Parts: sequence; structure tokens; C-alpha cells
Amino acid sequence: MKFGVVVFPGSNCDHDAWYACSKIMEQDAVFLWHKEADLKGVDAVILPGGFAYGDYLRCGAIARFSPVMKEVARFASSGGPVLGICNGFQVLLEAGLLPGVLLRNSSLRFVCKYIRIRVENAATRFTQRCVPGEVLSLPVAHGEGNYFTDPATLERLEGDGRIVFRYCDAAGAVTREANPNGSLAGIAGIINEAGNVLGMMPHPERAVDPVLRNTDGQKLFASLIGSFLSGEPVLVPARPGHDAVAG
Amino acid sequence: MYIARIRVTLRPSILDPQGKAVQHAIASLGAGAVSDVRIGKYIEAKIDAKNEADARRTAEEVCRKLLANPVMEDYSFDIAGTE
Repeated sequence: MKFGVVVFPGSNCDHDAWYACSKIMEQDAVFLWHKEADLKGVDAVILPGGFAYGDYLRCGAIARFSPVMKEVARFASSGGPVLGICNGFQVLLEAGLLPGVLLRNSSLRFVCKYIRIRVENAATRFTQRCVPGEVLSLPVAHGEGNYFTDPATLERLEGDGRIVFRYCDAAGAVTREANPNGSLAGIAGIINEAGNVLGMMPHPERAVDPVLRNTDGQKLFASLIGSFLSGEPVLVPARPGHDAVAG
Repeated sequence: MYIARIRVTLRPSILDPQGKAVQHAIASLGAGAVSDVRIGKYIEAKIDAKNEADARRTAEEVCRKLLANPVMEDYSFDIAGTE
């Protein structure tokens, strides 16, 4: 499987994502420079964490105008898997690929620590190697992770099982204390209606290397790779000069 | 040439922890009469347009598509002639 990691000016988890895909999961991984409107035939796109364009105006607001994002939107609309992590989640929201916004943390502080999330939906292609209700330990590092949306959208997300992760305690209980940023309904990650675009604040790519003892993040990558290799069709946009890659 | 003076503010339904923190600081100054502090953004931009209505249309579009995120923010602006 071939992963593409988008690099915006100000991305700083791009190399971690590349390392997780190539060195740990042993897949192909390439960087996709924000100015290039070419996804290089990848099977999945990762929008990494960082501070794209310095978070100017609003987090992710400028990044969505990058040439590469037009291709990412096309890739997503044709069913290609897209994983937005932290700043990548913010970019997905600003680009309209997921609903809602990420507000300033309710504490006003940048939060950098290990948190726990509960897998609310283990049937997605990003979580199929997890069991429902499984608690994962992952790091967060953000100042704007406070998910917010209107009541109608929240109801839709809840009803359709599109809230994939919620912040929780060690026992899996979603509590105010376990929520690092004030996020609505404890939301840590959501997926789009078609099930191929996932945005999340915690960093799975920072929890993959056995040397660091915590490999919970591997489950997301293993899920994606598993869904790809099991023959589930992963479509890539038909572009002149590019042959469509079948799953 | 016109100048647009644009204000982007958090919608009333959105909590503004930054505004709250500033309000606490104001209260500790002893200015207890000050309440409901909300922090927003102020943006100036020059617009080359045939007339004021045209400049207004451009400002409206830029606000709607980029400067404000309608999920959490409102915007307003004034247009004035300039050199």
C-alpha cells in the first residue's frame, strides 16, 4: 500500500507519519508537497499535524487553498481514504470535508500529554483492527482541539455512528476530567458520511514504535492497510497520465 | 479605490474563554462595571472597484469564503473611499 503524506509549510509531524507508514508498517510512503497538484498514485493520504501556514487567520484556513488540497478533495470524493491528524483534522474541517470547527481549548492552554480515547465505531476502515469500546492511549499536542458543531449536525454524527473516538478515562468512561480541551460530547475524532475521511486530534503516528513502548497507534495504520489489502476497492481519481490503481 | 474595515467576531452561542480571561483581568483592575468581554479580529483591506456597491460585493465574498468561518464566527464591515 502506498501512503502520501502532505507537507504544508509549517507541518511538523509529516516525518513521523512517513516513519510510521514506511519504517514501522513497512509500506510505501511518499511526501506530497503542498504546491504540487499530484498525488503520485497513492492509495491513502495523510494530512499531518503541525502549524500549516503558521495557523494564520484560523488553523487550517489557508492550507485548504493549496494546490494539493484540490487533489485531496477530489481523491476523497472518489472514495480514497484520507486521515487528518491534529492540524490535518483542522484542515479537513476548513476544507469542508468534515463538519464543524475546532475552537481554542477551553483551558486556553496548549495541551501536550497522553490521553485515552474510546473506540466508538470499530467498523470503519480506520478502526477495524480495534474492538468496539476499546481504550487506546495516544498523545495529544494542540491548542485548538475543542470540537464544536451545531446541535443538528451533532445529532446526525451521533445517530450515524460517525463519532469514531471520544476522550475517556482508563476505564473507558467519557468524563469531563478525561476531556483535555472541552470538546463537545468528548469528541476526539469523526468520520465523513462515506466513511473514507477521518479527522482526529490525538496522534496515532507518535505511538507506533515499540522502542517508545506504546504501539496503540499501529492499530489505525494496520486497519487501513488491512482494509486495503483485503480487496475493498480503494479508488483513486482518474487523472490524465495516471492509471487507476485497483485495490 | 476603497478600503474595507472588517470585523470578525465569535457568534454569541460560542464560548470565548479568551474573552473570559481578559474580563477577569479587567475585573482585577477594579473596573467591575465591565462585562461580557468578547475577543474578535479586525482586518483592513484595500479594494480596487468601480463603485462602492462593487467593493461591498467583493468584501462580502471574501468574508464569506475565507475571513470568517460561519460555524463559529459572524462578520461585519464598513466600506469607505480612499486614495
